Amino acid sequence: MDPLFLAIERWLHVLAGITWIGLLYYFNFVQVPGLAGANADGTAAGITKHIAPRALLWFRWAAVATWLTGAAYLLLGHGTGEMNGVARAFMLQGSAAPIGVGAWLGTIMLFNVWALIWPNQKKVLGLVEASDEEKVKGARVALLASRTNTMLSIPMLFFMITGSPAHGGGLF
Amino acid sequence: MKNPLDSITGTITSGVVLTLVLYVFVKGFLV
Repeated sequence: MDPLFLAIERWLHVLAGITWIGLLYYFNFVQVPGLAGANADGTAAGITKHIAPRALLWFRWAAVATWLTGAAYLLLGHGTGEMNGVARAFMLQGSAAPIGVGAWLGTIMLFNVWALIWPNQKKVLGLVEASDEEKVKGARVALLASRTNTMLSIPMLFFMITGSPAHGGGLF
Repeated sequence: MKNPLDSITGTITSGVVLTLVLYVFVKGFLV
């Protein structure tokens, strides 16, 4: 594989990942604490109507782009003659095991985005019909899924940046 | 017992601990 092609692939993966995880950290470190104050003084609508839906749009599609570019990078750059790179990583085989751990964590995070965070945020933000009880429950599930992803992002990034022989510095 | 994910500090601490646990596991059993 041409090194330039692999470099471009990794570059696109990092760009998408920054967009995804940057917005994840924005939600957890800025928006959620900020909304508590905004609810108290009646200014939350500006965030929930104009900011949150736009941030969630970039967030969920950046998650997909990150996963796809990551899978493509594994496929092109981590295979052997006997097994392709995606299979090697997800089966935690040999030198692909460390980055495979990162790939598993990223995949769990992608699942959380689409199966837990987005469906429940649609209820909370009023994008779909939901009772007050469903909104309260949905807010709790979305918060815990988002916090879980923030927690998982820490080991995920560790294994992504140290798990590849190309830039791991011999850690594994 | 309080859920550590209810606070930012608990979330980050949990992530760091999980990183250490996975590092030991990968280093000791997979590579």
